[in-house]
Amino acid sequence: MQVPILKQGAYLIATVQSALTDEDLRQLRDTLVLQVSKVRARGVIVDVTALDVIDSFATRTLRDVAYMIRLRGAETVIVGIQPEVAFSMVKLGLTLEGVATSLDLEEGLAYLNRNGKGHDQEVRAHR
Amino acid sequence: MTPKVVSLQHTRAISTFVERVRHGQEGPMNGSQDVATVTQARLETTASRLRELVAHLRHQRAQLREEWARLITEAKLLTAMTREELFAEATSVYDNYVEALETGTYEALQAYARNLSERIIPRGVETHEVVGIVLLLRDVLARSLFATYHEDFNKLNRILDAYEPAANRIAATVAVGFVQERERIIREQQEAIRELSTPVLQVRERLLILPIIGVIDPHRARQLTEQLLRGIRTNRAKVVVLDITGVPYIDSPVANHLVQTVEAARLLGAIVIVTGLSPEIAQTLVNIGVDLGKMNTVGDLQGGIEEAERLLGYKVVLMQEPVVAHSV
Repeated sequence: MQVPILKQGAYLIATVQSALTDEDLRQLRDTLVLQVSKVRARGVIVDVTALDVIDSFATRTLRDVAYMIRLRGAETVIVGIQPEVAFSMVKLGLTLEGVATSLDLEEGLAYLNRNGKGHDQEVRAHR
Repeated sequence: MTPKVVSLQHTRAISTFVERVRHGQEGPMNGSQDVATVTQARLETTASRLRELVAHLRHQRAQLREEWARLITEAKLLTAMTREELFAEATSVYDNYVEALETGTYEALQAYARNLSERIIPRGVETHEVVGIVLLLRDVLARSLFATYHEDFNKLNRILDAYEPAANRIAATVAVGFVQERERIIREQQEAIRELSTPVLQVRERLLILPIIGVIDPHRARQLTEQLLRGIRTNRAKVVVLDITGVPYIDSPVANHLVQTVEAARLLGAIVIVTGLSPEIAQTLVNIGVDLGKMNTVGDLQGGIEEAERLLGYKVVLMQEPVVAHSV
């Protein structure tokens, strides 16, 4: 199942709706990395609230997405990891190192508003 | 007094020792003998022996009960009870005992044992006391049977054959009932302690504290993690102060578990600050080689809360001199 990607202001929001196959994950990664420059997004939010399981492949892919998007000049936040999922990930040693995480979409947006790249420049450009 | 009809269940139970009775008379005991060969007539005689036994016990009730109560006092059992209580309890135990012998069903006795345990456990009665009094009663009754039938040795043997398995089963039923009740109470208390043991408190918007007192065992560690992660989600917390001032020591599985909890909290977008590590715990953690790089530690709870406020952007300002209560 494909993950819908919405543009919201300067951010891209990808909301995972159901369990993803490895192919879905790869596709999500490629689409996000492509789209982020196309729409000149400053930040990307991946909402995984609906996922009951996040395995090693998913973790690696999400981390790759974050690293690749950073190289493309934007910031990524993974939001909505369930408490049980978080703990089982950590048990398996999957800690999403170097990737920002937030409680939910709202917190993710707040995080990007604080730490998003190019924020200051854009404010100045408006003036 | 007319005895009740022996239940089917009991008939089956006693048929085994009827078997033994038969072989005891005719030759060496043979356990593999088919139970089905027992004749109805023999069943009848065993049942009638039990009836006779019960009638005897009913007849001698007052005297045997007195004797039993005396032995209990002598053995210094059930010292938590007064003499009157003990006597009242002894009476009902006696009646239930005889009834179980008579009907051959143990449900009523089981229920009574549970009820009795419920009443006496809070008063500090020990397992050995309960087992002790039931065994004493068994002995008292056996003695009385000896005294009554000692002239007819064969009959005494047969009566004892009927009596002993039933008496042993009663003793086991009461003891098991007591222990089960005790375990149930212990389980309940453990549950209660666990629920109390890991409070999650919100001190400010987005700031939780978890004061932990006492040793953290693996079970408690799991529960702690669960509560902390749930707390983060329900309170939408950004910072959690985990205060372990009251924890005397930590072993390596628990230490690793704490580190994992901190990482899991980060995945939910929250920062965990650990405060109040005692010198012993600090030493243990370093010796074990737990990766503490990811742990945010502050000396005491106050420092932890101040650091958390800083992270959340709070600034606490003293508005005026502290108002000190004047003496009246």
